[in-house]
Amino acid sequence: MNFKLIGVNHVSAPLEMRERLAVSEAQLPDAVQTLVKQPGVDEGMVLSTCNRVEVLTSTRPGADLRGFLSNYFGLNAETLHSHVYEFEQRAAVRHVFRVASSLDSMVVGEPQILGQVKEAYAVARGLGAIHSGLEALLSRAFAVAKRVRTETAIGSSSVSMASVAVELAEKIFGSLEHTTVYLVGAGKMAELAARHLMARGAGKILISNRTYDRAVELADAFGGQAVPFDQLYEATCHADIILTSTGAPEPLFRTHDGEILRNRRRNRPAFFIDIAVPRNVAPEVNQLDGLFVYDIDDLQSIAGKNTTQRKQEAERAEKIVELEVDRFASRMKSLEVVPTILSLQEYCETIRQAEIDRIRGRLGEISPEQEAAIEAMTRGIINKLLHTPITTLKSSAAEPEAATIHEMIRRIFNLTLKGGKPDRND
Amino acid sequence: MISRTWAPSSMHELESLLALVLMVFFFVIYARYKATAPGLAVFPIVFLLTASAALGSSRPQDGSPLFVSSQWIYIHVALILIGYSALLFSFIASILYLIQETNLKSKTTGGFGARLPALATIDEIGYKCLVWGFPFMTLGLIAGSILAEARFGSQYFADPKILLSILMWVVYTILLYTRWSAGWRGRRAAYLATFAFVAAMVAWAANNMSQTHRFIAP
Repeated sequence: MNFKLIGVNHVSAPLEMRERLAVSEAQLPDAVQTLVKQPGVDEGMVLSTCNRVEVLTSTRPGADLRGFLSNYFGLNAETLHSHVYEFEQRAAVRHVFRVASSLDSMVVGEPQILGQVKEAYAVARGLGAIHSGLEALLSRAFAVAKRVRTETAIGSSSVSMASVAVELAEKIFGSLEHTTVYLVGAGKMAELAARHLMARGAGKILISNRTYDRAVELADAFGGQAVPFDQLYEATCHADIILTSTGAPEPLFRTHDGEILRNRRRNRPAFFIDIAVPRNVAPEVNQLDGLFVYDIDDLQSIAGKNTTQRKQEAERAEKIVELEVDRFASRMKSLEVVPTILSLQEYCETIRQAEIDRIRGRLGEISPEQEAAIEAMTRGIINKLLHTPITTLKSSAAEPEAATIHEMIRRIFNLTLKGGKPDRND
Repeated sequence: MISRTWAPSSMHELESLLALVLMVFFFVIYARYKATAPGLAVFPIVFLLTASAALGSSRPQDGSPLFVSSQWIYIHVALILIGYSALLFSFIASILYLIQETNLKSKTTGGFGARLPALATIDEIGYKCLVWGFPFMTLGLIAGSILAEARFGSQYFADPKILLSILMWVVYTILLYTRWSAGWRGRRAAYLATFAFVAAMVAWAANNMSQTHRFIAP
């Protein structure tokens, strides 16, 4: 079995090229079927996302994956050559593990990729393009991805300011489903953050702006409600998340306003995201129970911390992957000796049968008990003799001298592989 | 030794029963909110309860000539234990709430706070426990009163254990009321919950001081 992977990703190839290689969902079955019809390809699957297109196969010698790529997508081999990466065996295993664990992603740790790999696997499996080899590889890859996710914090921290704000909001309100977002000031940044919050399911949106028309315009875009600026405090009481970004020279919210707000909200928590400079919310408001104020520096410093933290976590994740690659490789190696063990046992069994047949006539009448005893004795001899060679084969599978031992045992017993009958020269 | 009765007749039997109810609470909350954080407090408590129950003698407390044998005792014990458990979970939730609130206000990411559920989830766990526990506690106390009234008459209510239980119930009611009417949560709710919990602990421990409320074998 020989794992072979070929593909392009966001690092190796420009967007135009990835676009040309991208396989749509509808086209995917056809691509997989064409792939496994290639000479030398035993198993195959195709993974296509916006950042990568990869073909994973288990092959026999002679498979031409580059040829498949250039034929199937109508790209000339030259262009392809400079952008494509190709991995075999151990390197391919490592790559699959890294992709599934989101270590090879543009945003390291992003959670979608695992689902995409699972989907690609399901499609290929549904078409019968996956057998024991890729099955073992992929189920291990999913387990590795899960391990990385649980043992490192790689996926837990956001790195952009808007997503930090969303994460904080979720830390306060749980699901954002029933929350109301209030934009005070309708600049570009506020719009972006609001878009993030809405994407995570925020229920309702209110918008105020010094120029009322802009508020109405944005409210229309979001399906929200424009609020005149002079009803600022009134509207704030109905909002859970207040995103301020006005150019006001003095804070709009001070401790006193916070206290009123808290009482009118009957102590329900409120979250101020203040991205205005100078600040729209006085920092003292944060000291009031139940009110949380994050200004632009807070968000930025969290985002920055998350970036470094993510890098550290990614390093830990790489170590896990490396360990798992070792494990998987040694498991595959130990599988390699299975055919040899089988033919060794078969070889001895044939000899045993032949010898019993030969001697049977000379023994004359024997009772079933005696016959059983002969069976047991001959089997016992063979099992005892074979015990050491078989355990040596198994235990040395992962060691460097494995190939030598393997070869030697085959030559001593004159075995041919692939479960074939041993040659008989006697 | 095989217990002669289903009714918990010693402190130790009651402890292991309470441990069971606490675990049931934990799993119900876990199933609903996927929150494991209460386990931080609950598991040690369950451990101590079961350890105490296992190590202590299962011999019923003696020294009291009185015994109680009535259907009411089962109802009383079951209701009160559920009430106690609800109160304990509400207390744990209010502590977790404080921790998470402080964490969010300090603007540090990661750490312990990152592993806690969202503030609103903790709040809901605490509130739901309070609301669901209240009728059990109330009915449990009523069941106990009926039992005592029938057996001892009104002098029973001058017992320290009983007075403490009533105090605990009053704090419980205040806790629920402030939460319900003014939406108290966070620091102030945590103070009240702590107070209610301490009252409950004292009421529990007061068995040893009580003349009449004792665990005895039928």
